[in-house]
Amino acid sequence: MARVWAALRPYVKHSIGGTLVGLTLSDRYFCVSAVHGSSMHPTFEDRTGEYALVQRSGLARYDFSRGEVVTFVSPVDHRSTLVKRLIGLPGDWISVPETAEIRKIPEGHCWVEGDNGSVSWDSRCYGPVPLGLVQGRVTHVVWPPHKIGRVDKRMPEGRVMPQRHF
Amino acid sequence: MSRFLRRLAGVRWRAIAAGGLSRGVLVFCGVSFMNERVASLTCPRGPSMLPAINIMGDLVVADKVSARCGWVASGDVVQFVSPEDPRKTVMKRVLGMEGDAVTYLVDPGNSDASKTVVVPKGHIWVQGDNIYASRDSRQFGPVPYGLVNGRICCRILPLKGFGLIGSKE
Repeated sequence: MARVWAALRPYVKHSIGGTLVGLTLSDRYFCVSAVHGSSMHPTFEDRTGEYALVQRSGLARYDFSRGEVVTFVSPVDHRSTLVKRLIGLPGDWISVPETAEIRKIPEGHCWVEGDNGSVSWDSRCYGPVPLGLVQGRVTHVVWPPHKIGRVDKRMPEGRVMPQRHF
Repeated sequence: MSRFLRRLAGVRWRAIAAGGLSRGVLVFCGVSFMNERVASLTCPRGPSMLPAINIMGDLVVADKVSARCGWVASGDVVQFVSPEDPRKTVMKRVLGMEGDAVTYLVDPGNSDASKTVVVPKGHIWVQGDNIYASRDSRQFGPVPYGLVNGRICCRILPLKGFGLIGSKE
């Protein structure tokens, strides 16, 4: 028994160390995650398994800018994480085309929408999302190979009245 | 002097630096893992949780596992990111999980008016124990469960109050 343990020890040690380093990297700096669903259609497509690089450092400053793609915990189900485009920051006025109303985004919240408006289940259904739920910024597409590249910022034309820099 | 220098040059600086660096990285990762995924220490401040938690000077343990796994139940004290200001973390008691009906006093101290709400899906209802000095779900409504980042399980300081902070119901 002691001999087996002596033989296994370096492997166990290294795998524990590797797990710790990996978890810390993914908690604090960046991680790669799969994106499913067709709500972000031109940016991410549903058919293939697509992977995105999610940047997690610098989240505590909450210096988001409009047009970024972010991941956040769903406000309706805490087990699922969603990927959407952040469109409005606290204090902005936003017009919602479906209901033809103009809303003010409350303090500490943001407005998120999918790129593919017709099938996306987003702030138009559950309203503004608390900024504390945001888990990371999607900066790059890393898979499939022909789409590797930065995810650019984009804003819908003439729907948001930015009030101040957050 | 030259002998000392020769001995200094003989030390295996490179191996010592490499060993120290790798150990340092591992310790940092271990601490970060414990802090983010297992349990962390916090010093809550403010009057909203009197008498369970004092205004100042307490040191409590926030258990991250049960928050992550969804074991938080009604009656627990939780810490969560404030929905009104994401830079702040606040500590309140859970009074209702999704689907529960919660009755609360709208303006305690001035009137007896009460209101009943049903907590929507994926949300929890949080309220301070000291209802006269607490900004909680009565003002900003139910809070998404995803904002909860720890369940307060025990108090370390002051030593006189050492022990579990359990559910009160």
